Amino acid sequence: MVLSCTDVRKTFGANVVLDGLTLDVGEHEVVALIGASGSGKSTLLRCVNLLAEIDDGVIRLDGADITDPRVDADSVRQKIGLVFQSYNLFPHMTVLDNITLAPVRVHKRSAAAAREQAMEWLNRVGLADKSGSYPDKLSGGQQQRVAIVRALVNSPRLLLLDEVTSALDPELVGEVLTMIRDLKGEGMTMVLATHEMGFARQVADRVAFLDKGRVLEQGPPEQVLGDPVEARTRQFLARIIEAGRL
Amino acid sequence: MSSPLYQHSAIQRDRISFRRRKAVRSVLLAALSTAIVGTLLGVLVTGAPGWDRVRQSFFDPRIAREWLPEILEGLWLNVRMLVFCALAALALGLLIAVLRTLRGPVFFPVRALATLYTYSFRGLPLIIVIYLMAFGIPGLRLQGTPSVTVLGGAAIVITYGAYLAEVFRAGIESVHPSQIAAARSLGLSYRQSMRFVVLPQAVRRVAPPLLNDTVALQKDVGLISLAGPIDAIRAAQIGVAQTANFTPYVVAGVLFVLLALPLIGITDWVTLRAARRQNAGT
Repeated sequence: MVLSCTDVRKTFGANVVLDGLTLDVGEHEVVALIGASGSGKSTLLRCVNLLAEIDDGVIRLDGADITDPRVDADSVRQKIGLVFQSYNLFPHMTVLDNITLAPVRVHKRSAAAAREQAMEWLNRVGLADKSGSYPDKLSGGQQQRVAIVRALVNSPRLLLLDEVTSALDPELVGEVLTMIRDLKGEGMTMVLATHEMGFARQVADRVAFLDKGRVLEQGPPEQVLGDPVEARTRQFLARIIEAGRL
Repeated sequence: MSSPLYQHSAIQRDRISFRRRKAVRSVLLAALSTAIVGTLLGVLVTGAPGWDRVRQSFFDPRIAREWLPEILEGLWLNVRMLVFCALAALALGLLIAVLRTLRGPVFFPVRALATLYTYSFRGLPLIIVIYLMAFGIPGLRLQGTPSVTVLGGAAIVITYGAYLAEVFRAGIESVHPSQIAAARSLGLSYRQSMRFVVLPQAVRRVAPPLLNDTVALQKDVGLISLAGPIDAIRAAQIGVAQTANFTPYVVAGVLFVLLALPLIGITDWVTLRAARRQNAGT
């Protein structure tokens, strides 16, 4: 198991966001988290990346407990990439500087080597001509692709994607999804929170439906999205279909 | 933009000519009202019963010419003080602001001291700080006490450092937490996130108010004359005492305004640029 969450609990005051959640993710596996707003998808990803501290349970990365307070959080984060819904690129840096910041400052790679690696990635995703631009000159889809590259140059064991297409105009969603599909082809282990059921169906090996801070139902996409066992999953999917997003 | 071959429709040609007439009329109106206000002000001042006496005591060209070199020499001290004090106060302010953001129990005393400093020195009048530093410290008769000029400069740096620290802190707090989350998610430590992600954005954002405080500092530098060094104001004061005429003060005032103009210009330019960037969106 690359990632293993056991009985994870997270509360914000009286609000219990994760309520004994258990989820395993194997090597090269892509797991899509679906569920209503507030079901805990984003919170789980933030907890896995140690940006939020859990209140009970254990999260393991490659078998090692990363939620132990004695663990160096910075070194854990270096192995886990996180891509945000609102991209969160650094607005005062060029695309290239955004991408090479962590390789140079955290992984102590030479500026030239980091630059070369960044340009390779930018070439692959068709953004090489934007390397000197500032983020505000890029479209949402371009910014999000840069944000994904920024996470990838650290060669993470696990990539977390937090509703990465939710802030995008519909015609820009495709370019980001294509990139994620390519990553799957290369065997990247990923957990993605998403509202795009069609995409979850295409790219995920497993879909996990989160409800009230737990995994209520999980399995192959065809089963969970096509023939769900749980009444609440059916309800959720019915609402999604109503909104025209399946 | 329309191509040169494009022919506007009749209705658009009418609009264009109307707008042009309106623009010409606006310029004429502005010129006329400026002329009227200017004339009225001139008549009001020069027509006042005491104008002749005032002109003799404040605007005597002969005395102005006579004392200009001395005041200019004093102004050179102000310029040097300004450069040194501004740089030192900016550095001190940034340091204090960063100290106030440190977390963890170990840093409690540091945070507390930094907070106490910004609270007290923003309340304390600069004049009192100058008196305390420039007259109090030499009174201790310690070996190697710096000159009154240096002590007066230090008083300005300490007072302005407290204001600038608060401006820097506002800048640091204005950087959205998601930026820190993004930096930390890449494996950067808290210190690295501050240095490479938060501070560069914070400083850019507060550049206009920082420069504005620097403009205020440039004229408060004149207050060191209270401690004795001969700066532009002190030189003017000597001139006033010797000639029994206030013209040297006016000369010094004009010189201070001229000294401030470039800095004010830069401030406006930076502010305008920052506003434009903000409107462009991030």
